[in-house]
Amino acid sequence: MQYLNAFWVGGLICAIAQILIDKTKLTPARILVLYVVVGAALGGIGIYNKIVDYAGAGATVPLIGFGNVLANGVKKAVDSEGLLGVITGGASAAAGGISAAVFFAFLIALIFNPKAK
Amino acid sequence: MPENKNKDYLNYIDKTAPKSPMLKNVLLAFLIGGLICVIGQLIGDFYQKICGLDTDSMRTAVSVTMVFLGALLTGLDLYPKIAKHAGAGTIVPITGFANSITSPAMEFKREGLVLGMSAKMFVVAGPVLVYGISSSVVVGIIYFLYKVLIGG
Repeated sequence: MQYLNAFWVGGLICAIAQILIDKTKLTPARILVLYVVVGAALGGIGIYNKIVDYAGAGATVPLIGFGNVLANGVKKAVDSEGLLGVITGGASAAAGGISAAVFFAFLIALIFNPKAK
Repeated sequence: MPENKNKDYLNYIDKTAPKSPMLKNVLLAFLIGGLICVIGQLIGDFYQKICGLDTDSMRTAVSVTMVFLGALLTGLDLYPKIAKHAGAGTIVPITGFANSITSPAMEFKREGLVLGMSAKMFVVAGPVLVYGISSSVVVGIIYFLYKVLIGG
């Protein structure tokens, strides 16, 4: 059941982005920025975790989930560290994804050359 | 009147530009985006049930793995081939975030390893991090004030 939920919720989040791209001429970069901000807002008010409970990776793999991780992280850090957590919480929680993205992109770009167009 | 000319031209473009087959695009984005999430779910179940990770570590491990796969498939020139059909279905998942970093990194390697590859790799990811981290700070400030004022 979890797999079906992951499929349709994840698919729906991507389909909405596709509609935005086709209808509004928003560039992919703007869609990604929009999704991260929406994810942080939904995470901030605590709604998105309910979607994560229902859809699992269908909610965490799209970039909205990245925004949610940032928001959850900052709330947890404020609980444990107070005001300092406002600054440290978000990036700490997202550190795995960010470091992986930077390092693997670096590694892959060193190894592979772009295909001639 | 240059304004009228502009309008005529835009009308002309609207009439002659091929209509993007929106229904097909949306359907493909749904299918391939959904499929990538199912792969994420599979990897997550593997980490949780076979490796025994707790939920938070599992989610981080899934992100790291998906980012690696996205970067590798970009290096092998497979991700752009899928993306040609899937559109947002390959942009929105975290594999697309990895692709958005790896692709310019490869492209600009010829301009040098520091100001080429390493600077240009953030052309899309940079804005995502700027707005993402800034949003998290705003959420943190609101949450902090909420706790102080209401005592939540």
